[in-house]
Amino acid sequence: MNPRTVCAAVMCGMLVGLLGLAITMRPEAVITLPERVAAELSRSGVSHPVTAVLLNFRSLDTLLEIGVLLLAVVVAYALRETQADPADRMGLDNRLLHAVIAWLFPLMLLVAGYLLWAGATRPGGAFQAGALLAAAGVLLRLAGIRPSDFAHTLGARAVLVFGLAVFLAVGLGAMAVGGHFLEYPPAWASPFIFGVELALMLSIGFALFSLFELAPPHPVSNKGARERSET
Amino acid sequence: MLWLDALLAVTLLITAVLALASPSLFRAVVLFIVFGLLMALVWVRLEAPDIALAEAAIGAGLTGVLLLDTLGYLHGQRDVADEEEGAG
Repeated sequence: MNPRTVCAAVMCGMLVGLLGLAITMRPEAVITLPERVAAELSRSGVSHPVTAVLLNFRSLDTLLEIGVLLLAVVVAYALRETQADPADRMGLDNRLLHAVIAWLFPLMLLVAGYLLWAGATRPGGAFQAGALLAAAGVLLRLAGIRPSDFAHTLGARAVLVFGLAVFLAVGLGAMAVGGHFLEYPPAWASPFIFGVELALMLSIGFALFSLFELAPPHPVSNKGARERSET
Repeated sequence: MLWLDALLAVTLLITAVLALASPSLFRAVVLFIVFGLLMALVWVRLEAPDIALAEAAIGAGLTGVLLLDTLGYLHGQRDVADEEEGAG
């Protein structure tokens, strides 16, 4: 057998062994985070611990995540500007798809709104709702329904930065009334979190959709036919 | 529910290995989407429904669409190299 393969296998085996050891011999946790979250939950403005952590206790992490997502979309824009828009690369002229979308699209918007609202008390929140909005947009695109040249307007950019802007404004507002950055006053936490989540949902949804929309045009137009023949 | 957990764990591993080892890129992407959906079920079993929602929507849904889109782009660009791709 190839000595390289043997060497790689031995090292993989050792890594698996180490991982197994790490799982079985865990040190006792010094701080029990779930307890601390539960103790502070009543001051956070929401009753679902995950949302409380994401948008209140550790909201700086979420803020930076949104920044990263925005950065990814900016890079996609920068790469995309160099190529001309295709005529239309994925308009599937399928009556069934159109009929299904007519039913599904309003339902998806409704579920996105519900997920956003539910985030305060149970699993849900801005990311999931935004992903659902993006999926609805992708479905529309697959059916050939295209928001004209919206992607290159000022409005599109405004929607993209809306979430981050609202988040920053709320954080700085908290500073203005005497707290630290992103430290909401407990009485205002609930509306603040909901407002931030609403803005985040719109921005995340549009950002994820933009990543799909900004994909480079297909050099050959009869791609669909070949993909089907391959399957 | 031990049998369900065991089934999920085994299927997850098999799907992951198949996705990585698949010579056809299209099949690899489809297996990756299946992997994401199974992973969402695993998160539900681990009592993390928040992550399950995100995994199903972003991990399986949007990433899958993006990968399929990339695949279509690659196929359009490498018209001649199609057979090579099947082998590699």
